Amino acid sequence: MPFELMSGNQAAAAAVQRAGVDLVAAYPITPQTAIVETLADYSANGLLKGEFVSVESEYSALACCNGAVAAGARVFTATSSHGLAFMHEMTQWCSGARFPIVMVNVNRAIGAPWVLDPDQGDSLSQRDTGWMQIYCSGAQEVFDTVLQAFVLSEELLLPCMVVFDGFYISHTYEVVDIPEEETVRKFIKPPTFEAQVQPGRQKNIHGLTAGENQHLLVRKRHEDMLKALNLLEKINEDYHKIFGRSYKAVYAEIPEGAETAVVAAGATAETVRWNLPKLTGTGLIQLRMFRPFPSDQLCKIFSDHKIKRLIVIDRNCSTGVGGIFAQEIKSAIYKMDKPPVVNDLILAGGIDLTGDMLKKVIEDSHLADKSEDKWGVDIQ
Amino acid sequence: MNISELNREREILYSGHSACPGCGAVLTVRHMTRTLGPDIAMVITASCWSIIAGMPPLTALKCPILHCPFPSAGSVGGGLKRGLIAKGHLDTTVVVLAGDGGTFDIGLQALSGAAQRNEDYIFICYDNEAYMNTGMQTSSATPYGARTNTAPYPLFKEGQKKNIMQIMAAHSIPYAATATVAFPDDMERKLKKAKEIKGFRFIHILSPCPPGWGAESSDTIHLSRLAVTTGFFPLYEIYNGITWKLTSPPDMKGTPLNEYLDSQKRFNKMDQIRRKALQEEVDHDWSCLMDRCEASVDTD
Ligand code: SF4
Repeated sequence: MPFELMSGNQAAAAAVQRAGVDLVAAYPITPQTAIVETLADYSANGLLKGEFVSVESEYSALACCNGAVAAGARVFTATSSHGLAFMHEMTQWCSGARFPIVMVNVNRAIGAPWVLDPDQGDSLSQRDTGWMQIYCSGAQEVFDTVLQAFVLSEELLLPCMVVFDGFYISHTYEVVDIPEEETVRKFIKPPTFEAQVQPGRQKNIHGLTAGENQHLLVRKRHEDMLKALNLLEKINEDYHKIFGRSYKAVYAEIPEGAETAVVAAGATAETVRWNLPKLTGTGLIQLRMFRPFPSDQLCKIFSDHKIKRLIVIDRNCSTGVGGIFAQEIKSAIYKMDKPPVVNDLILAGGIDLTGDMLKKVIEDSHLADKSEDKWGVDIQ
Repeated sequence: MNISELNREREILYSGHSACPGCGAVLTVRHMTRTLGPDIAMVITASCWSIIAGMPPLTALKCPILHCPFPSAGSVGGGLKRGLIAKGHLDTTVVVLAGDGGTFDIGLQALSGAAQRNEDYIFICYDNEAYMNTGMQTSSATPYGARTNTAPYPLFKEGQKKNIMQIMAAHSIPYAATATVAFPDDMERKLKKAKEIKGFRFIHILSPCPPGWGAESSDTIHLSRLAVTTGFFPLYEIYNGITWKLTSPPDMKGTPLNEYLDSQKRFNKMDQIRRKALQEEVDHDWSCLMDRCEASVDTD
């Protein structure tokens, strides 16, 4: 298998190239830019099967993808931060339209003021738009997840956002296993979903609807998205057979008897993983899939391991409430008999998570008997 | 053209649509689909036509229609054409249909981007000179001096109507043309020409809106003709942004503008000073257009 040294951004582009997309519509934004540059480079060198279109805005990037996917084409775009915010109308439209689009979002905080650092506020503010969201913790995972996202998305006819942290992952180089195209073809076939626009066929697509119809469409979309949790497992089995790697919606690494667990997504999970040996009695729960939210899987892990305390690390803040992952977990554990106490470490705006910070938060959580929000900066 | 001469077999728009009686936008699409069809795929952005096309699964149009959000039509059209090609449908004509809001205002960025990239489809703007679908609010296509619900009397629309044709010409697109339903032969010829050309094509069609303009349903053709003969809406073509050609009857622009203004309630409170100012604007634009046409080398 060919191994290459590449950044998270390059790994994303390599997966898109291997997936055999028909169209990439793109607009550059830091820290995502290298994805579109790498794809442009593939295109210039005849390595990209489909068209590469440089459009005039992120809004148009997703709009262009909407047009092409309506004809049955496999499409891709990537963005970050303000670009994703600008797309907001189109993100809702393509999930309502049941367009299987794969998009990478590289996390970056949204201004004001101007800020380049990683913060999940951009992707999390799209959580209610009907997109699946999967958070990755390294370049290899990015490559594998982008490929899987196409399969997931086209099977469920729902768009999928593959998310990873700016700079920590987008710009950090790692050794990545990039399989040959033929091997990838065994996993991902050319798209077979039905085109909505078929020349010669009279069809009024996404025109005005009302009340009960819309209600049923929203409900169907919700039910279909919930299927992603099982489907991802199946996709992972297939993936594992060919490539030897597999991922779960939630990944738990919990030592025997541990009563404390740190819940993290993205690069933060990787930082926790590296620090685990120093954190006796503490486990890691890496949340990969955020939409659909793996509530049952999480509750099972908490109760199987008798977890009493959770430290959720949120690289985001829903102003007036707190960290978003912590809120979602609190809502998921509501049905447990003995729910763990949830402490939230908020690292909004992009500050680094250090081993010392983590240690201190875990120690403090032992003293607290109820939930607490901690702002990373205060404890340094 | 005599309406009874229409070849029914070519008809793609059926009765049963939900437009107001006398709607210019319906006649526009009827001519357009008859001329460009049958192998067309339409993109319709938020506008009266979002409603006129019918409530899915029903539709009055015999072709695939993809609806899209207001500012996105320009980009969706390009994506659809590219997607169709990727799927082997090389010859399908993609037509994007937008009102003046989806063209002059909220749609302008994507339209400009698509024109600049020379995307291979036909963009049709049916211009009823306001946001008619929401009940007549000012757009940047509303003429100076008109009243709307966001410029009610004693206010009037201030500022000139945006000159969309000059904007499109500045993109050096292969073909741009104006048309009205009062001159169906001219419209059909332009649509046929547009169909033959590859790349980005833009057709600007003035579409009278009886309730919005305050006119009788039976006045649509009459108003479309007056708009041309007063010089308010001249008929012309632009090739590659440089060759401008007047296409309307030679006796065009003999009628005083007042005749056009007097036929519509939206102008009935317009005072003489404003009328004079609008007449001067029309005269000025007309002479600029004549200069351009004379200076153009005919490459057709
Ligand atoms: S409001 Fe005007 S443009 Fe809209 S359907 Fe009625 S007549 Fe046509």
